[in-house]
Amino acid sequence: LAVRFGHAAFATGTAKEIKMEKIAVSCDEPNLDAPVDARFGRAAGFVIVDPQTMAFEYVDNGASQVMARGAGIQAAEIVARAGAGVVLTGFVGPKAYQALTAAGIKIGQNLESLTVRQAVERYTAGAVQPATQPNRKGHGL
Amino acid sequence: MRVAIASGKGGTGKTTVSASLVSVWDGPVTAVDLDVEEPNLHLFLNPVITGRETATLEVPVVDETKCTHCGACADLCQFKAISDLGTVLLTFPEMCHGCGGCMAVCPENALKPGARELGQISWGRAGGAGFLMGRLRVGEAMSPPLMRAVRRRLADMLAVSGGDAVIDAPPGVSCPAVNAVMDSDLVLLVTEPTPFGFYDLKLAHQAFGPMGTPMAVVVNRAGVGSADVYEYCDAVGLAIVAEIPYQRRIAEAYANGQILAQTTAGMQAVFESLTDRIRTLATAEVRHG
Repeated sequence: LAVRFGHAAFATGTAKEIKMEKIAVSCDEPNLDAPVDARFGRAAGFVIVDPQTMAFEYVDNGASQVMARGAGIQAAEIVARAGAGVVLTGFVGPKAYQALTAAGIKIGQNLESLTVRQAVERYTAGAVQPATQPNRKGHGL
Repeated sequence: MRVAIASGKGGTGKTTVSASLVSVWDGPVTAVDLDVEEPNLHLFLNPVITGRETATLEVPVVDETKCTHCGACADLCQFKAISDLGTVLLTFPEMCHGCGGCMAVCPENALKPGARELGQISWGRAGGAGFLMGRLRVGEAMSPPLMRAVRRRLADMLAVSGGDAVIDAPPGVSCPAVNAVMDSDLVLLVTEPTPFGFYDLKLAHQAFGPMGTPMAVVVNRAGVGSADVYEYCDAVGLAIVAEIPYQRRIAEAYANGQILAQTTAGMQAVFESLTDRIRTLATAEVRHG
């Protein structure tokens, strides 16, 4: 039920609204030209980019880095609270994937070789395939 | 009296000592395997199992129709077992420690108790002794909740049958090991005079010391290694209450599933003497305490 509700919320958005959605990119500094952090759950933080203006803010994810378990879930909460509709990163584990999907947040994976700016541009050009499953195994549990 | 057979290092002979103690015990006794991740005491005691139950942990189940997404449950949970994502309240049952806090703080009564299977508890008789063991479900990451359920059943069994308990504890010094020894009257630390045995004996002594439970040491494989274990025990006042020699025929008996105390008159005497020492140490503590 939970997951269906999330999808329903996403599906009601029009194409125009989706284009304007804020994009959260994992990165260890507030800099559009810094590399994408391969890690989602244990990224230092997220550059939250408005893809129309390329204006951005930075949200810290340091609290997730020190968690023994559940870092991916916490990072998903932070991204959802920041109002992002899209996550661009390297690797997403199973719990983070479940949480992001439930929150109606789309996921672009395997972008760690790019800068934040390149990742956003690739996404807005329609060249990032939305993830349909996690691409990392969980830790511990 | 409850005596826990523990160690820092694995493979020092906890089960060998536990099975032997049970076989020579001088009164009614229940053998308990609390090494729920890899129980093996039953391989030596060959119990007749008369009862089983599935142990579960209470985890929250969300009633979406009642949840207002106030976030109180997610703020309380220290383990990210429940996460509020604005329009969706997600639970991760495998992360839950079963504290029940989320259900207690929910102002809308939107969380109901569900269950996660922890494993199996089984009990019965092994000769003249009672027998009890837990076996963790494959894939379950937390053993202390199951161990607590086994210990609750032990309390019930002892309330009916009386007598003592010999508890085969898991190795290490982390939560499962502490959980196994925490309400015992005596902790017997089984070690060996090797560098690993010595190092982990020190860890176990430091980890269990703050509980204030009396401790004593059994040296297994006596004859190998160095004098470090003996010198340490002497320096910190840990009594060495038994020694098991390093002999090939002892390893062979173990490999054949034999109880060491039943293999020779000499070995039987070692464990009868150990039983006496355990009684003396545990009773002395009661008198002082």
